[in-house]
Amino acid sequence: MIELFKNPNYDFIGKRKWAYIVSIAITLISLVSLVAKGGLRYDIDFTGGTLIQVRFEQPPQVAKIRTSLGTIQLGESIIQQFGDPREYIIRLPLVAVGSEEISRRVQGALGADASLGKFEIRRVEFVGPQVGRELQLQAVYLVLGGLIWIAIYLAFRFDLRGGVAAVIAVLHDVIVCLGALSLFNREFSLPVLAALLTIIGYSVNDTIVAYDRLRENRGKSMPKGRTFAQQMNDAVNQTLSRTILTSLTTFFSAAVLLFLGGKTLEDFAFVLFVGVITGTYSTTYVAAALVVDWTSHVEGRLRRGKKAVAKA
Amino acid sequence: MPRHLRLRIGLVLAVIAVSVWYLYPLKSSINLGLDLQGGIHLMLGVEADRHVASQTDRAAEDLKSALERKGIAVKRIAREGNTAIKVELASPQSWNDSRTVVAEFSSFDRRDDDQAAGTFRLVMNDRRVSQLRDDAIRQGLETIRNRIDQFGVSEPTITRQGADQILIQLPGIQDAARAKALIGKTALLEFKLLDERTPIDQALAGHLPETSEVLFGREVDKQTKAERKIPYVVQRRALLTGAELTRAEVSADPNSMGNWQVAIEFTSTGTRIFGEVTEQNVGRRLAIILDGTVYSAPRINERIPGGRAVITGQFTVDDARDLAIVLRAGALPAPVVILEERTVGPSLGSDSIRQGLIAIAGSAIVVFVFMLVYYRLSGLVADIALGLNLLILFACMAAIRATLTLPGLAGIALTIGMAVDTNILIFERIREEMRVGKTPRAAIEAGFRRALRTIVDTHLTVMGTAVILLSFGTSSVKGFGVSLFIGLGASLFTAYFFTRLLFDLLYMGRRKVDAISI
Repeated sequence: MIELFKNPNYDFIGKRKWAYIVSIAITLISLVSLVAKGGLRYDIDFTGGTLIQVRFEQPPQVAKIRTSLGTIQLGESIIQQFGDPREYIIRLPLVAVGSEEISRRVQGALGADASLGKFEIRRVEFVGPQVGRELQLQAVYLVLGGLIWIAIYLAFRFDLRGGVAAVIAVLHDVIVCLGALSLFNREFSLPVLAALLTIIGYSVNDTIVAYDRLRENRGKSMPKGRTFAQQMNDAVNQTLSRTILTSLTTFFSAAVLLFLGGKTLEDFAFVLFVGVITGTYSTTYVAAALVVDWTSHVEGRLRRGKKAVAKA
Repeated sequence: MPRHLRLRIGLVLAVIAVSVWYLYPLKSSINLGLDLQGGIHLMLGVEADRHVASQTDRAAEDLKSALERKGIAVKRIAREGNTAIKVELASPQSWNDSRTVVAEFSSFDRRDDDQAAGTFRLVMNDRRVSQLRDDAIRQGLETIRNRIDQFGVSEPTITRQGADQILIQLPGIQDAARAKALIGKTALLEFKLLDERTPIDQALAGHLPETSEVLFGREVDKQTKAERKIPYVVQRRALLTGAELTRAEVSADPNSMGNWQVAIEFTSTGTRIFGEVTEQNVGRRLAIILDGTVYSAPRINERIPGGRAVITGQFTVDDARDLAIVLRAGALPAPVVILEERTVGPSLGSDSIRQGLIAIAGSAIVVFVFMLVYYRLSGLVADIALGLNLLILFACMAAIRATLTLPGLAGIALTIGMAVDTNILIFERIREEMRVGKTPRAAIEAGFRRALRTIVDTHLTVMGTAVILLSFGTSSVKGFGVSLFIGLGASLFTAYFFTRLLFDLLYMGRRKVDAISI
């Protein structure tokens, strides 16, 4: 029998002070990156605009693409290589020109420079201002819906302390994912939002598993002589192998998607990849740690209160 | 013997049989999204208010002639906004007579009466406005469907969305630009007389009578490809429109080598009007105008009785063919604008399928091997369950006619990693029960029972978010939500029916079990 952990008894909870430092540092780095870069880079789904994916027969010179697009008066275009060296993505801002006219002009401009060679327009995405607004609204619905769902679930399955701690852990994961997007200059799109919601759901479930174990243990027989922190540490250790194993398989899938899934879904896979890691981490080091500190704070106050009563 | 063993084997076999039945033949059972098979997705906005405005214009014209028939002189009559007509009578004396005429325009309400000045406004009532708006969208949809049918696209989707939008999905289109031009063209064909009394330079400077306007023709130089705009002064009033057209055919232009033309034929009413117009205006020039662009303006040499005309321009055969299609299908009652477009070329579509399948296969292989190595025989059980899981997932997608998109493929790849969680949770629990000294059978029993709650938790949280994704999302997000939801749902089934069944068959039937390969 292969076992990842044989009767694990790591002192996770005891090292929580270090974990707090790490969590706060990562959160701060994420926030600083987001602020410094002026927020996330939004995909045309949200901003509106045009995206054209072109494949050239020969790897082209970006400068030449830029010059030829400069002549068609469609605003500042962003030109990026997309995976293959022959494949490029051209992004154009929203302009007061119809979508069929935009693709016609881009095709004309690229065709006019013979040195660019033959090319094929493989994808055109045009999002007008109206649809952009609708999609923004949809994103808000998705986020609200996700949060309400998690809140309902937590209300059923947790007490107040566990619930608040789980919410903080989820927020931590969301900030880290967004920060990673920002640090690695990736775009925030609708699929990325979908990945984020998946991570929110996923991150909560590990937390539920560990917390359930804690309550199961405490319900069986109050273990005498073990502090709450130790009990939590036991629960984390007892659920450690399953937490790691289930995360590991999901992590494999996310990694395969990120490295083999193609360029189109890279940002989406990236969020899943980061989210699975931080979601697993936050179960122990954010949610469980917070519950321990909260509980010992409350118990400490109760004890002090009792002492005060006894004195009197 | 475990309970209901035969029944459970039967159930699992039935599920497999039904799944295979839904999936056969694979090519037609799975509905590929446009991002995978290539094609155009267009969201059109119908400018329905323009239809309302043109109907108000028409009512204003009718009102003017109705008043004049009654001998009531009109100083000015003009549309205000989209729905109102402002009327100024020449003299307030005819006020009472005008009221009886106006009463016949029942879709308008009379407002702002000023008897002393002889002015009033007519405002179209809300019911009529919404009816006209609805007409514009419905006729627009019909017309576009007609054009697409004639263009020849297999399995197009053309549906109304919301109040004033039309969603068009054309799978497998090669020439996106041409299809878009065909769909988006208003195709309003008009015949208008040239105003040859107003000199062009004067008209361009803005000095022209209220009844005339300047329109342009386009001419492309064959050598330099440079486009030249030629101004024409035409009378505003259209003598005849494309509504009176019965046929439109492509033929070679006899006067210009390599160019094509569209020959049109009028209805009987159209033929009569065309005959009268040409008879009364011999010697003048008649402009043939499509969507505000002058295509030609030939001089009328004599009365044309047969109701036939040709539209020439520098058309290629495709241009001419598309023009004939839009003329036959008729004009859109109101212009449309493209609100959203997503076009994927066929080569990109097949690349995406390949990449999606690679991701699924890669994910499956890694997880399969991992489970096998880590849990041995039980891992193999989990792997078989995972295979069944994928089979059920695809079958469900086929059964509900869900569309498989690229994010959907990604969702499947991810689901493989998440679905196997059920088995991990069960196996870990069984190991734990064995560690505290339970017999293998008791451990299996307890493992399945105790893992249930955790499994429900882990599935519900993610399936809940999947439901939100598939209920609020657009097609790309929806596709991901659908495969995530079905995949996790299927994994609940496979864990509790299939994995359990295999365990029962492996360990529960024999007399004595010493160890579990887990």
